[in-house]
Amino acid sequence: MTDVMDRPALKVVGTRPIRPDGVDKVTGRAQFGADFHLPGMLVGKIKRSPHAHARIVSIDTRKARALAGVKAVITAADLPDLASQEYEAGESASNLRDLSQNCMARDKALYQGHALAAVAAVSAQVADEALDLIEVVYEVLPHVIDVEAAMEPSAPVLHAHLFTEGLAERPATASNIAKVNRLGRGDLEAGFGEADVVVQGRYTTKAVHQGYIEPHACVAQVSQDGQCQVWSSSQGQFMVRTYCAKILGLEIADIRVTPAEIGGGFGGKTTVYLEPLALALSRQSGHPVKMVMTREEVFRATGPTSGAVIEVKLGAKQDGTIVAADVVLKYQAGAFPGSPVGAGSMTALAAYDIPNVAITGYDVVTNSPKVAAYRAPGAPISAFGVESAIDDLARELGMDPIVLREKNGVVSGVKAVYGPTYRDIGYLETLKAIKDHPHYAAPLGPNQGRGVAVGFWFNVGGESTAAVHVNEDGSAVVVTGNPDIGGSRASMAMMAAEVLGLPVEQVRPIVADTASIGFSMLTGGSRTTFATGMAVTQAAGKIVEDVKRRAALIWDTTVDKVAWESGQAVCLDATKSAVKPLTLAAIAAQAGRTGGPISAEVSLNAQGAGPGFAVHLCDVEIDRETGHVTVVRYTAAQDVGRAIHPAYVEGQIQGGVAQGVGWALNEEYIFDADGQMENAGFLDYRVPVASDLPMIDAVLVEVPNPRHPFGAKGVGEAPIVPPLAAVANAVRDALGVRMCDLPLSPPKIRAVVDGLAS
Amino acid sequence: MSELDYLAPPTVEDAVRALAAGGGSAKVLGGGTDLLVQLRAGRIKPGVIVDLKRIPGAIGVREEAGGFVIGAATPGAVIGEHAGLVGAWPGVVEAANLIGSTQVQGRASLAGNLCNASPAADSVPAMIAAGATCLVVGPAGRREIPVEQVAVGPGRTSLAADEFVLEIRLPARPQRSGDAYLRSIPRTEMDIAVVGAGVALTLDAAGTVTAARVALGAVAPTALLVPEAGAAIVGTPLDETALEALDAAARAAARPISDKRGTADYRIKIAGVLARRAAAIAYRRAADQGRGGRA
Repeated sequence: MTDVMDRPALKVVGTRPIRPDGVDKVTGRAQFGADFHLPGMLVGKIKRSPHAHARIVSIDTRKARALAGVKAVITAADLPDLASQEYEAGESASNLRDLSQNCMARDKALYQGHALAAVAAVSAQVADEALDLIEVVYEVLPHVIDVEAAMEPSAPVLHAHLFTEGLAERPATASNIAKVNRLGRGDLEAGFGEADVVVQGRYTTKAVHQGYIEPHACVAQVSQDGQCQVWSSSQGQFMVRTYCAKILGLEIADIRVTPAEIGGGFGGKTTVYLEPLALALSRQSGHPVKMVMTREEVFRATGPTSGAVIEVKLGAKQDGTIVAADVVLKYQAGAFPGSPVGAGSMTALAAYDIPNVAITGYDVVTNSPKVAAYRAPGAPISAFGVESAIDDLARELGMDPIVLREKNGVVSGVKAVYGPTYRDIGYLETLKAIKDHPHYAAPLGPNQGRGVAVGFWFNVGGESTAAVHVNEDGSAVVVTGNPDIGGSRASMAMMAAEVLGLPVEQVRPIVADTASIGFSMLTGGSRTTFATGMAVTQAAGKIVEDVKRRAALIWDTTVDKVAWESGQAVCLDATKSAVKPLTLAAIAAQAGRTGGPISAEVSLNAQGAGPGFAVHLCDVEIDRETGHVTVVRYTAAQDVGRAIHPAYVEGQIQGGVAQGVGWALNEEYIFDADGQMENAGFLDYRVPVASDLPMIDAVLVEVPNPRHPFGAKGVGEAPIVPPLAAVANAVRDALGVRMCDLPLSPPKIRAVVDGLAS
Repeated sequence: MSELDYLAPPTVEDAVRALAAGGGSAKVLGGGTDLLVQLRAGRIKPGVIVDLKRIPGAIGVREEAGGFVIGAATPGAVIGEHAGLVGAWPGVVEAANLIGSTQVQGRASLAGNLCNASPAADSVPAMIAAGATCLVVGPAGRREIPVEQVAVGPGRTSLAADEFVLEIRLPARPQRSGDAYLRSIPRTEMDIAVVGAGVALTLDAAGTVTAARVALGAVAPTALLVPEAGAAIVGTPLDETALEALDAAARAAARPISDKRGTADYRIKIAGVLARRAAAIAYRRAADQGRGGRA
């Protein structure tokens, strides 16, 4: 492995070049999921359940099939009826039966918007008419969406086969509680017995959507010989390939998936909704089929993250030592098991070194869309509760909130509640960065308040492949299998350029289809710059070894007498004093005489990802008459290991904060009494707009990860973890009242102000 | 298969004939910022769309007898760039310019906002406060009605299927007058009013309010003209007592529903807050104008 971390002067890593994909994106040339066209292409559309919970008595598609222009109609009967099976693809396991039945309901519609049938037709208009001609007979069932209501023994049961896992004995009756998980250490009772001060709270969050701008979209084509091609927008073309093969019972070798440019994913594109259906429609019709969701479909049928209830009890000594923590997490999973409550449990207290801890998590199915990963899945929710309680504890103790966190903060060598022992973490450095920031001491104006909150995310490594090809003129192409959702192409090119000694403009990064590069796990878990970056660096290192060998051949010396310096082979052989250094271009020009094309590919399973810690500081101003909360200043510090491209690292931090502020203040799924989502559009599902936010000051703390060639740690997820609590703590500071139920929308704030007056 | 015709008649008479021929299935297209969204969402299924933009005068602002005539399809951007209109009726202009995004402002019109008949339409309370009228044309000819007589309920107007609004008319601005519009939205832009309040008032040389019109949006099935709220400040220098009375009158008139955008209780309170704040802005503008300054 080429370890360049200790090299004194990095030329490319740490600089801010223009991103290679930028021009096409700002000029509209970039090809997103819906931009792909094939001759003879049909339009595919989905018939969806109008009911939140209903037994499907029958589906009659005959009239739809008879409509002129309709070329295919499918229901669950056209897909294999899969057995329950957990399958690893990407970062987390999915149950294939659930995945298939989420793409297409089989016996029951489990949420409003659940797919029941799909058609392919010659136009969107014909497809729409065909949907209206599909006759579905429902037996409408009582539904349940609220997480605690769904846990009640009397609640309508979604799945007759679901028995709570994680109990001492297998329960006798089916339940909506899919799983109970417990995490902890020490003696909770003894811990609280030692405490001088105890704080507790019950907090709630609503389901929120990832809110990517680009709706799900794909084109699929099945040839007469069974060869399948898919062009789609996702966070992982290999994930799409795997899931399509499993859901349709196909051979992986028969499927080729080409990733489109992706217009946002935030975890929500780590699964499939359309691709298997488009393939099935193409197979039946013999034509390519394009499917593009509307925004309404995106809201009603693709992954939000959980609404939740969080209960936190903390005990501390008068000096601020936290001696006990009891956390209970209840997360909505949506229609099928698999909420991020596990990650929510593991991250909840990851920043704190507490001897006596119990964390209990409930994964609960509800009649709402199956949740999908959303940026640091589960962590912002548990952090909202824990960080609100920590803020209350600091007030109770009369301690500075950062000093309290420093006193109880984890350092390298401490064993995390969730298992591993921390190495090379920069949490205390990140706390200090905020404490020392001018913002922390800046005066507040009238009706303003200030809040602090911290967040943790694991970051992962995993399987990646990268190839580096040196072109005839000495420039290079870097090929990876990871869709670029956060500027990763720029980072890949920069790491390769650093190792090769090329200007970054001479390195062209591309994201290849599943037939053109080795397997790579999807882009998620903040893994790409770490893991795929490691593969890129190693592949570039192999190129350097290869060109040194070729230079030795040209100079008729041994490879140990050749050094690679500033993009040139330098001859160290004293007997060859006359030879001039050879650039990559010079060596590439004579590649044919030294062994042929210069190319290297590395596949690896990257280990040793460094976790991310984020410390956020938020000022709000409250209009006490209208209840509006304005975020007037926001500073976010994060241990990023080493920023490969600092501007994109800052962008990740700013983006995470923006989403977290939306979650805190306005975003929520609103359901009516019948379980219909009332705000399935960006008008009434309110993500923040640019004018809602101040310029977010991102502070990069660099405590390098020695297990990455340049010291990188994942950065994309940690920044969404603290904002919910940072905003809520600032509102607490401004109002003098703890508000525990998100979102902190104007009517709720005004009601609190009215309560203070009366 | 269902079909949709598109017509762009060159005269008022042709447009009226086209609407009459279309019966109930014809829809009028001005800027289209509501119509096209409803069409794409499947909420409406018209048989024919009659585009007004080819009719001479449909786009543009002209001054007439000291007042302003605004063509039915005049986009918000044109309204916002008309210096005379901005000077005379800043509240109406700012209400019109609050609608949607910069892109939407390239199309969205006052007449469209009015005839879409949303109780939350931003420009409507401002126009009502300003005393705007509209020219309605149809087979029976032309009639001019106050804008508050157009909407009769959410999405419903008093116009017959073969009638449409050709012009919005704003009166000449009285001396020492000002208007203002404020809305409450959870974010800062690209949103729909949870409550809106428009106020237009006139002062005497001493700074006493001599006339006032107050209108509220999103607190009833249609935008409301609230005479009691206007009366609450007439004869006052808009002091704290008058503002309190205005606040109370606005709250008393509001009869909102609770929905996904806000509770009834919240909307009632905010109606009072916004009426008070909008009146203060309108007063300042009127006073500035009295001193010869720009609004």
